Amino acid sequence: MTTTPVLEAIDETLETQGRPPLNVIYEWLTTVDHKKIGLMYIVYALIFLVIAGFEAILMRIQLAIPNNHFVSPQVFNQLFTMHGTTMVFFMGMPILFGMGNYLVPLMIGARDMAFPRLNAFSFWISAFAGLLLYFSYIGGSGLYAAGSAPDVGWFAYAPLTSKVFSPGHSTDYWTLAVFLSGVGSIGTALNIVTTILCMRCKGMKMSRMPLLPWLYLVMSGLVFVAVSPLTAAQIMLTLDRYLGAHFFDTQAGGSAILWMHFFWIFGHPEVYVLVLPAFAFANEIIPVFSRKAMFGYPAMVAASVSIGFISLSVWAHHMFTAGLGPAGNTFFVFATMVISVPTGIKIFNWLATIWGGKIIFAVPMMFMIAFLFQFLIAGLTGIMLSAAPFNWQLSASYFVVAHFHYVLVGAIVFSLFSAFYFWYPKVTGRMMSETLGKWHFWLFLIGFHLTFDFMHVPGILGMPRRIYTYEAGRGWDTLNFIVGVGAIFQAAGTLVLVYNMIHSYYKGKEAGHDPWDAWTLEWSVPSPPPSYNFAIEPTVSSRRPLWDIKHPEDPDADYE
Amino acid sequence: MSLIAGTAFAQSPTNIFDPAGTPARSAFGLSMLVLSITLAIFLIVAGLLLYALIRFRHRSTDSNREPAQIYGSNQIELSWTVIPILIVVTLFLTTTRVILGTEAIPKPASAMDVTIIGHQFWWEYRYPKSGVVTANELHVPISDPASPTPTYLTMSSADVSHSFWVPRLAGKMDLIPNRVNTMWIDPEATGLYLGQCAQYCGTQHAKMLLRVYAQSPQDFAAWIEQQNKPAQQEFPGNAAATEGQAVFMKNACINCHTVKGTVATGRFGPDLTHLASRDTIASGPIQNTPENLRKWVEDPNTMKPGSLMPAMHLNDHDLDVITAYLSQLH
Ligand code: HEM
Ligand SMILES: [Cu+2]
Repeated sequence: MTTTPVLEAIDETLETQGRPPLNVIYEWLTTVDHKKIGLMYIVYALIFLVIAGFEAILMRIQLAIPNNHFVSPQVFNQLFTMHGTTMVFFMGMPILFGMGNYLVPLMIGARDMAFPRLNAFSFWISAFAGLLLYFSYIGGSGLYAAGSAPDVGWFAYAPLTSKVFSPGHSTDYWTLAVFLSGVGSIGTALNIVTTILCMRCKGMKMSRMPLLPWLYLVMSGLVFVAVSPLTAAQIMLTLDRYLGAHFFDTQAGGSAILWMHFFWIFGHPEVYVLVLPAFAFANEIIPVFSRKAMFGYPAMVAASVSIGFISLSVWAHHMFTAGLGPAGNTFFVFATMVISVPTGIKIFNWLATIWGGKIIFAVPMMFMIAFLFQFLIAGLTGIMLSAAPFNWQLSASYFVVAHFHYVLVGAIVFSLFSAFYFWYPKVTGRMMSETLGKWHFWLFLIGFHLTFDFMHVPGILGMPRRIYTYEAGRGWDTLNFIVGVGAIFQAAGTLVLVYNMIHSYYKGKEAGHDPWDAWTLEWSVPSPPPSYNFAIEPTVSSRRPLWDIKHPEDPDADYE
Repeated sequence: MSLIAGTAFAQSPTNIFDPAGTPARSAFGLSMLVLSITLAIFLIVAGLLLYALIRFRHRSTDSNREPAQIYGSNQIELSWTVIPILIVVTLFLTTTRVILGTEAIPKPASAMDVTIIGHQFWWEYRYPKSGVVTANELHVPISDPASPTPTYLTMSSADVSHSFWVPRLAGKMDLIPNRVNTMWIDPEATGLYLGQCAQYCGTQHAKMLLRVYAQSPQDFAAWIEQQNKPAQQEFPGNAAATEGQAVFMKNACINCHTVKGTVATGRFGPDLTHLASRDTIASGPIQNTPENLRKWVEDPNTMKPGSLMPAMHLNDHDLDVITAYLSQLH
């Protein structure tokens, strides 16, 4: 599928005509192209990744030895609040939306998102939200005393956030930033759903759509139902703080439990909002490097959809210690354990995809293999936590911190890194360096395991989370020191990645259309793809259109 | 790794795998079951994965043909749906039994009661039957199967949410304002059990430590009797303490602290009636010595930044005599 000269000519004129002198900046600021917006999301998220990572390092230095005085308690509390809020709302969500923005239209054979202007709006409002959150460091008592940065935790439990316990504006920065990022997320989710439902190319029935858009569809559906209650809760909290409402203000009879429900009705599905795209990348990348079709496509779709639904009924497993009573606890134990069934199906289907394949250990596949093992462990510690009596011991301890970082870093970040190496050639037209990629992989892998394997143990030994210091003699010291060393390895790995991305942009090997010999539509267009994506709207007759072209003797269409 | 973890386990006074009471023990039993099931799953799945990665890796001698394409198999997929369902049901039923065994068994008539009120950043303990009120150091009798005397903890919070967690005795339970939660503990052996607040509650969440003293029934009865006495009022031969008492009563101390039998009836801070009988101050992190008491009253925020007790701006002499007085409150 080559581009036609006519369209190329139109494109040239569009790109250069009547531009102000700063036309590159102007171009990016005003773009509504889904690929440019996708890239802006990714760059902005990477910046926040580095910032929030730096915050994590500061916390780990503080906790590396007992009774440390590296930062004050106030600053430590701000650090974990900012770290968590940033990683979830200004790193995780945007980076995944960015990937979706870039990939979904290309993979379904569309020329852009359904609502390009809404797309730009969603990006800019999210970016503004991030700036607002960080502006808090400058307000109040100034930079040195870390200003008015929020210090109520990323979960911001009532009533610590009420005016009595959080005077000043730190909590308002948190509320407004999260609220605005929610507006952006809902906009993007709406856009992705509409694009997938209405803009697939000819022949692409839902049952022929690649798994990545499928997972983005479920993810975006979850964003609606999850982010909306959070947004409502932000409004209620602001009403409490400024107009004397008493939803969460316990000093005036409000309810602390109400906030917990609101927050976790958002917070739990949010985990799946973040992890479904990671599954999406795995579903595209594992088959290509195993040289096999995805095993059990219909089961994968069914599992993803049911994960989406079940994830809406498990939120109170974050509240096993809030005194829900035996009936409530039992229900949420059940719902939580059940979700491991579709999740298990996914792991087994990936395994079956690898089985009998011809596995190529390129950097994207190396990250995916680590993803598989780490996600397996994350799932198993999740089952431990779902057993309520075990949870009464482990919740709010470092075991939980280790568990959810296994999900967030071990699964999501590893899958994302894999996706970076995989799609970078499509985006830039150049390959990323494999040597640097291997450095990145090993540094990050070693760092990850030093940090998060060891972190389970202090939790079992009674170390609660969110403490800025601890006494010697609890058996926590050595473990925390190792955890700190691991964090530094991970930071080093991330810097190698950033260097690799910049270096390869200028010096990387030319990639061509289809460097990995892959099968989905995005590999049929030039790298980087032109702004209209497809010169001629493609037509597909199977799940792997490029496989059909490459193997006319044995097309996929025969098996579906 | 196991070596490091092993030594840490042996040292730790807050190890959840070293239970010393029924709720912690039944959670421990369940934990071991869950751990063995998950470990077995891990070994099987990780083993298969590893095998597949080694067995099916691409070798340079391989032909260039793509491997056989397999699109799925209903039987296989059904099997890895049904087997996990069976495991889940087993786990769920066992878990439910432990939940009911901890949360839904009747309270014995011999049970002790303590009301716990969480404060930023300290604990208030009230014994409704005897009227004892104390802070930060919880005393309970041990319980043995022959004559069970579990202690029922009725918990709430005066300000933000906190969580009571003494790992060797039981899992944690949150203290939430406008809400009453309950849990019970029954330490098997005498001794000191440590723990700390497990719900982020503000600046000094980290130093909201818990100390539970489990005592023999006789010692516990003696402790109750001693705590029930009014505060000492006369300090013959101790002019400093006598003067300290007067200074204390003239200062804002009394707005926040109670000393039973005096004009000091504040409830914002810990009850000081028998302060000198406690091993630590400020909910655990500071040893209760005259020097520390003096430093504390001089400026609580240098010892525990974020503490809600304000510095009282007393001169050296007043600090000395107040310390002398506080040290006499046995
Ligand atoms: C000169 C007057 C005062 C004296 C001698 C005094 C003494 C003490 C002592 C000895 C403790 C440690 C108690 C324990 O851990 O069991 C304490 C804690 C505390 N006091 Fe005071 N106090 C005074 C004034 C006040 C005032 C005016 C307030 C209220 C505004 C107050 C609020 C508190 C609070 C909230 C704590 C718990 C601190 C924590 O552990 O974080 N105190 N005080
Ligand atoms: Cu607390």
